[in-house]
Amino acid sequence: MLSYALARAALVGSALCVLAAPLAVAASDSELAEIRNEINKVREAYQTRIEALEKRLNDAEAKAQSAQKTAAQAEAAAVGVQSRRSQNSGNPAISLILQGTYANFSEDPETRSIAGFVPGGGEFFPGSRGFSLAESELNIAASVDPYFRGLFTAALTPEDEIEIEEAWIQSLSLGAGFTAKAGRFFSGIGYLNEIHQHAFDFVDFPLAYQAFLGGNYSDDGVQLRWLAPTDLFIEVGTEAGRGRAFPASDRNKNGAASGAVFVHVGDDLGISHSYRAGLSYLHTAPRERSFDDTDSLGNPVVNAFRGNSRLWLADLVYKYAPDGNAQVKNFKLQGEYFWRHESGELGFDDSAGSAQFGALRDAYAARQSGWYVQGVYQFMPRWRAGVRYDRLDSGNAVIGLVQNGAVPGDNFPLLVTGKNPQRASAMLDFSPSEFSRLRLQYARDESRPDGVTDDQIILQYIMSLGAHGAHRF
Amino acid sequence: MNKFLFALLLLYVAPVQAKLNIFACEPEWGALAQELGADRVDIYTATTALQNPHYIEARPSLLAKARRADLVICTGAELEAGWLPIVLTQSGNAKIQASSPGFFEASSFVVKLEVPQSLDRAQGDVHAAGNPHVHLDPHNIAKIATKLTERFAQLDAANAGAYQAQGGAFQEKWRDAIAGWEARAAPLKGLPIVTYHKDMSYLINWLGLIELANLEPKPGVPPTTGHLTDLLEQLEKKPAKAIVRSAYNNPKPAQWLAERARVPAIVLPFTVGGSEQARNLYGLFDDSVARLLSATNAQ
Ligand SMILES: [Zn+2]
Repeated sequence: MLSYALARAALVGSALCVLAAPLAVAASDSELAEIRNEINKVREAYQTRIEALEKRLNDAEAKAQSAQKTAAQAEAAAVGVQSRRSQNSGNPAISLILQGTYANFSEDPETRSIAGFVPGGGEFFPGSRGFSLAESELNIAASVDPYFRGLFTAALTPEDEIEIEEAWIQSLSLGAGFTAKAGRFFSGIGYLNEIHQHAFDFVDFPLAYQAFLGGNYSDDGVQLRWLAPTDLFIEVGTEAGRGRAFPASDRNKNGAASGAVFVHVGDDLGISHSYRAGLSYLHTAPRERSFDDTDSLGNPVVNAFRGNSRLWLADLVYKYAPDGNAQVKNFKLQGEYFWRHESGELGFDDSAGSAQFGALRDAYAARQSGWYVQGVYQFMPRWRAGVRYDRLDSGNAVIGLVQNGAVPGDNFPLLVTGKNPQRASAMLDFSPSEFSRLRLQYARDESRPDGVTDDQIILQYIMSLGAHGAHRF
Repeated sequence: MNKFLFALLLLYVAPVQAKLNIFACEPEWGALAQELGADRVDIYTATTALQNPHYIEARPSLLAKARRADLVICTGAELEAGWLPIVLTQSGNAKIQASSPGFFEASSFVVKLEVPQSLDRAQGDVHAAGNPHVHLDPHNIAKIATKLTERFAQLDAANAGAYQAQGGAFQEKWRDAIAGWEARAAPLKGLPIVTYHKDMSYLINWLGLIELANLEPKPGVPPTTGHLTDLLEQLEKKPAKAIVRSAYNNPKPAQWLAERARVPAIVLPFTVGGSEQARNLYGLFDDSVARLLSATNAQ
């Protein structure tokens, strides 16, 4: 506006100068009056034009301002539309995991069991020879409101059954480092326990998970975790549940029938290394935990255990990636150690029904342990190779019925201890993208009671559709 | 006794004087928070310029840092989809949940490029919200800075005036800097380049470069020999002036193609810390423009 006022003054001034020039030459009064008149006319004319120009300028300025405003509004609207769009795409987040295997086993998988260990009841994935569909997993997760989050995971088995693996709600707003969870969830004990099988680095569970937990230990109950306000990651958690699955057994009881506590510690060591270590304890009190066995005559019998089962787990995970960039090369080392003490009563041949616990029964106690260690190396983008070694110690079981001579020892082939099941596995996998993986695995399994070695070759695909999965540590 | 009273007073005063504890997902937001918060903020940056912000895992150290944060500043638009949700929900920190003022999603304040018309992973790992790498257009930085200043003032109301002053000074300096970069980068207009990943789109759009192709066959899919061979053929017909990658990208595919197509391979810092010159946001753009200009001079 200032520059416009100056221009206007200059314009008027120069017009006056030009018109005033003849003044010096002619000087009569009438002439002077005429000139004055003319000047006034010109002045008026210019005044009108200048006013018109001024108006045009003001209009143009207003227009420019409103154009700017419209542009800003349009941008704000675009930003708004974009953020609405991103929310719609992910609420709830739905994903589906598709898996399939081709397996070659030298021994019959139907007769498979682990020497010296009561069957955990879990599935020894992969189950059968030849081509098979593995579990398809459906995942739905979202925030419920600002206070809760919910997740639902169902496994659709190849036998056309639906199994709810997890269905829980989690608090978001407790603060002070606390997080609470309720529903059905994978327990926080150990390292692998919270991870779904499709995210494993090998096709199947470590032997120790199969023997001590029957796969992932999942329960209906509540969990409370607390994260310490320290630079070092220190997490403490506790759980109480109904004890619906092995090593517990459903009990028709008020209150909690299983409990767990765990502590996790972790940190980075420089930019390229990180680790997490954990110690966990799971206590369950099974009542009618039955299992199938064969007696000395080869007849099927159903035995049962009741008492206390105490399981300790120690786990360690270490990861390396140059400069913390895992995209090209990375290495992961992981190991877990299990120690279990079970004591109570063992009932022999409960096939008459679970109402009576053991027509023949006596004390039972066993201390058993096991561990595995595995390393997986991504040697170039997309390609990883890994090895794993499993070992169990069936320890020594004290079977009262055998000691007091009521039932000869060869009637408990599954409980014959003193054996050390072991297995060595190697795998190679190729991931065309983050969402697909193809894997080849070979295992030499020496865990059977008869001591026969099972050579296992497995080909597997794992594909993930829909919402982006989690990059867990 | 006096000492005791003084200690008591300190205890009382300390929480008020406490700095804003900031968890920045990427170095550019850590650097911006530093510009705008100066000595009123304590910043932890979760990733470095040598790490692809997408492929991070929810490490224990990240959880521990998020536990104590007052404000989490992230790109959003699904860039951190693999790890940030875990970090937020497992942190036990109510202040930084997605619906709280303690969560700042930078990309939500600017218009995003390449918003897909359809979502199909056959197109690669496309982000529903559009390209998330918004920080490589300095005009976006300015817009996000305005919002971040407001957020600082909201969270630390006692210092609101100071944040506004600091923010105003930054905006002025930044506007001048943009004018400088745009003047220097004028010769880059129309420069044809090949990039590694779709992470340079905002820089390309800002400077008017032409992106001929990506080394990744599809976003998020690592370069394959087959695709690189196709690219080589394509570049013979329509040559590029440079093959550009970020500091965190695998150097091998870019070198492979650069040697065969006889085109210089350029590493751009991509974010703060990605090169020796990119020590802060100013250095990031100074160096990016300089490195691109070196490609035009080379030929
Ligand atoms: Zn991912």
